Amino acid sequence: MTYVVNLPRVGFAQAWREAARRCLGAEIPPEEVSFNTSGGLFAARELPAAPASAPALKIPRTAVQTLEQAICHRDPEVFSRAYAVLWALGQGTLRWGDRSVPMMRKLLDQAKAVGRDIHKMHAFVRFREGPARGDRRAFAAWFEPEHNIVEAATPFFARRFGDMDWVIATPKVTATFRSGQLSFQETENPSPPPEDATEALWCTYYASIFNPARLMISAMQSEMPKKAWKNLPETRQIPELIRTAPERARAMQDAAPTMPPAHAAALSRARKETMGPAPSGMKALKHEAATCTRCPIGPCATQVVWGEGPETADLMIVGEQPGDQEDLAGRPFVGPAGTLLDKVMQEAGVQRDEAYLTNAVKHFKFSPRGKRRVHERPNAGEVQACKWWLDQEIARVRPRAAIALGATAALALTGSGERITRRRGTIEAGTGGLPVFLTIHPAFILRIPDKERAAEERRRFVEDLSIVRETLREM
Amino acid sequence: MPLSLSEKLSILADAAKYDASCASSGGERRDARDGKGFGSTGGAGICHSYAPDGRCISLLKILMTNFCIYDCAYCVNRVSSRVERARFTVEEVVYLTVEFYRRNYIEGLFLSSGIIRSPDDTMADMVRIVRTLREQENFRGYVHLKTIPDASPELLDEAGKWADRLSINVELPTQSGLDQLAPEKDLGEIRKAMAGVRLRQEASWELTYRGKRKARFAPAGQSTQMIVGADGSDDATILRQSTNLYANYGLSRVYYSAFSPIPDSTVVLPLKPPPLQREHRLYQADWLLRFYGFKAEELGQKGMLDLDLDPKLAWALAHREIFPVDVNRAPRETLLRVPGFGAKSVARILSARRHRSLRYEDLAALGAVMKNARAFILAEGWSPRGLADADNLRARFAPPPEQLALF
Repeated sequence: MTYVVNLPRVGFAQAWREAARRCLGAEIPPEEVSFNTSGGLFAARELPAAPASAPALKIPRTAVQTLEQAICHRDPEVFSRAYAVLWALGQGTLRWGDRSVPMMRKLLDQAKAVGRDIHKMHAFVRFREGPARGDRRAFAAWFEPEHNIVEAATPFFARRFGDMDWVIATPKVTATFRSGQLSFQETENPSPPPEDATEALWCTYYASIFNPARLMISAMQSEMPKKAWKNLPETRQIPELIRTAPERARAMQDAAPTMPPAHAAALSRARKETMGPAPSGMKALKHEAATCTRCPIGPCATQVVWGEGPETADLMIVGEQPGDQEDLAGRPFVGPAGTLLDKVMQEAGVQRDEAYLTNAVKHFKFSPRGKRRVHERPNAGEVQACKWWLDQEIARVRPRAAIALGATAALALTGSGERITRRRGTIEAGTGGLPVFLTIHPAFILRIPDKERAAEERRRFVEDLSIVRETLREM
Repeated sequence: MPLSLSEKLSILADAAKYDASCASSGGERRDARDGKGFGSTGGAGICHSYAPDGRCISLLKILMTNFCIYDCAYCVNRVSSRVERARFTVEEVVYLTVEFYRRNYIEGLFLSSGIIRSPDDTMADMVRIVRTLREQENFRGYVHLKTIPDASPELLDEAGKWADRLSINVELPTQSGLDQLAPEKDLGEIRKAMAGVRLRQEASWELTYRGKRKARFAPAGQSTQMIVGADGSDDATILRQSTNLYANYGLSRVYYSAFSPIPDSTVVLPLKPPPLQREHRLYQADWLLRFYGFKAEELGQKGMLDLDLDPKLAWALAHREIFPVDVNRAPRETLLRVPGFGAKSVARILSARRHRSLRYEDLAALGAVMKNARAFILAEGWSPRGLADADNLRARFAPPPEQLALF
């Protein structure tokens, strides 16, 4: 062993990194360097300064983070192992993350253990309040980590508790945060701070949030092992809570159902009275359609999307079915296709607020894909089932003409499901002789990938609507 | 005599414990590095303690009040229950949250409430609590607000502005279940409220006309809870409903809560609570739906999940024809179907096999649970031979049948 690197208790990670860099620069193999953490200074040969021109070892960023985490492990061998890994990476004999190499795997496992310890420190530190200095409240905690993590874990507390002063003491190192500055010292007084009054409230909360009817002690201990209990005030109650749980659960089971207290009925009655009268007219229809079960698609959607517009409109515009956005908002034609329709109507001189807009099918049909919904075309049976509602709307609005947007609307209005491209631009007779003008659905334009073709289709669509406007005027 | 703070806390925490959610993860990153406030969020959630029921304690989970004008049979706080009632003031909730948080007991607040006077009044009080925490106390920790479906849109706007997560419980998977047990609740209204939350979230992702980012609406998303075993719904119905809710409203989580006996019960409830194992299996199935490419229809037999086996293992045993799977060749989707392989170990397998052919021993090093996986895979130097077809394969995994006692 030619070189010995003495690592200090505070700032050991920085010191290791510095030393490792110099050793790599001087091409010292791992067998010739050892790391000493025992405190005593070993007389050792001074490490050569890294030559300024030494090519820096390039390793992935995650590798640096993992190495720095791993060396917090209490295993004194970890420093040599981490250096050996670095060395092998530099020699090209090791691939970062290759778990089939024992030292790599061990290092990753140790980094993981340290990560878990840091997480547990973030969770299990319990502050107690002490006398404040100035306007900053002051807190102190005693914690016993498994690994040397104080320097790695406490910046988290500095970010979280920026407006108070605090001290976290551990058996070896103490972290002090005062007036926004975090510093580390070797611990002088290894003892917990005195209790404070809020702890009793916390223990009350802990005991009350526990449900005695579902005792699962092993699930608790796998995450909060007994060795952690010592510094957690709430855990003092655990034995008593466990002991009385079965009895409390049984008492709940055995208790006979009670009669409701007298005021309950009065309250329920008062609530019903505050609800408004039943809706009438078009509103009643919409209300009824909300619970429609004529076809199976209703319950999967959010809500019925009823038509919108004046009940005296001359023109009724019928689309296919509500889409994702329409289903969420409960209004027809508010999604991308609706926005396009709005623009086209404007260009064609058709006022949206003078027309009655609705859909052939009133609920959104889709298939779920994770967090998305993929539009599905309603089948003939569903269109037929929903036609009942469309007919009700037509009977109420009594428009002079209707526009069918796309094949589904055409099927609902004329009874024929033939291809819309062949019928586009024509007028067919619908239910009760209602003239139905046939055109495409605006969503069709949105689906055309070729820009020029889409523009052409859009132009034709404007033309179609203009014709309808003219025809209506002449009627 | 008025109740002390400790007594109120005891009553109102007890009343809140039937809500399973306690997540504090996700959402936006905030901290108090500037020294002008306290609290931080972002990244993984932290569980600060665990109760002997195995549930984690991450948030101060309380009811603002357990007075309620609704009469939901499964709920301990229903109007017809005889439990002791209490009500926190705004200041009391703020005090508890701040003092608990500063001592590092909690990640934040999960505030729910019984419905008093009207949905709007209740919601307004809850919003006031969160606003006080944010504006007066400069609290930057996590807040989860239970939303009341019938509250006005303006209150929902404000709730999403101050809280990290909003949730609305669907409670039961079907309207018929609600009609029977929670007569005042309407699944349609609940779904509309969830749709409203999703629309507001999406609107807050867009940039303003000046290209600036808007304040995020409920940055940690929305979640919901379903009670298992109180009505007659089977697991298939529950999972179908979950799939639908995830797709419709982009939920962060659906929580399942095995109906638990409550101190003051009613006659319409089932006499026995469902086995807790059923809840556990539903969570496992939920994970398979979200991260493993399973569909609700693929899981369970005759509508129920197998209580003895985890749903993935049960599925593999019922689909022996696709096994064994060659770990060195199979695509990701197929590897995800192998029992004992998690999403993480599959990712590691895919990256490791680019460099060399994987052996049986390598898989354990990559984190796979070989006890479950061995019968279903092929690897370099490993073939399950007859194991994959063995008739007794199920018996190897399922717990031994219990001998019935003679009496």
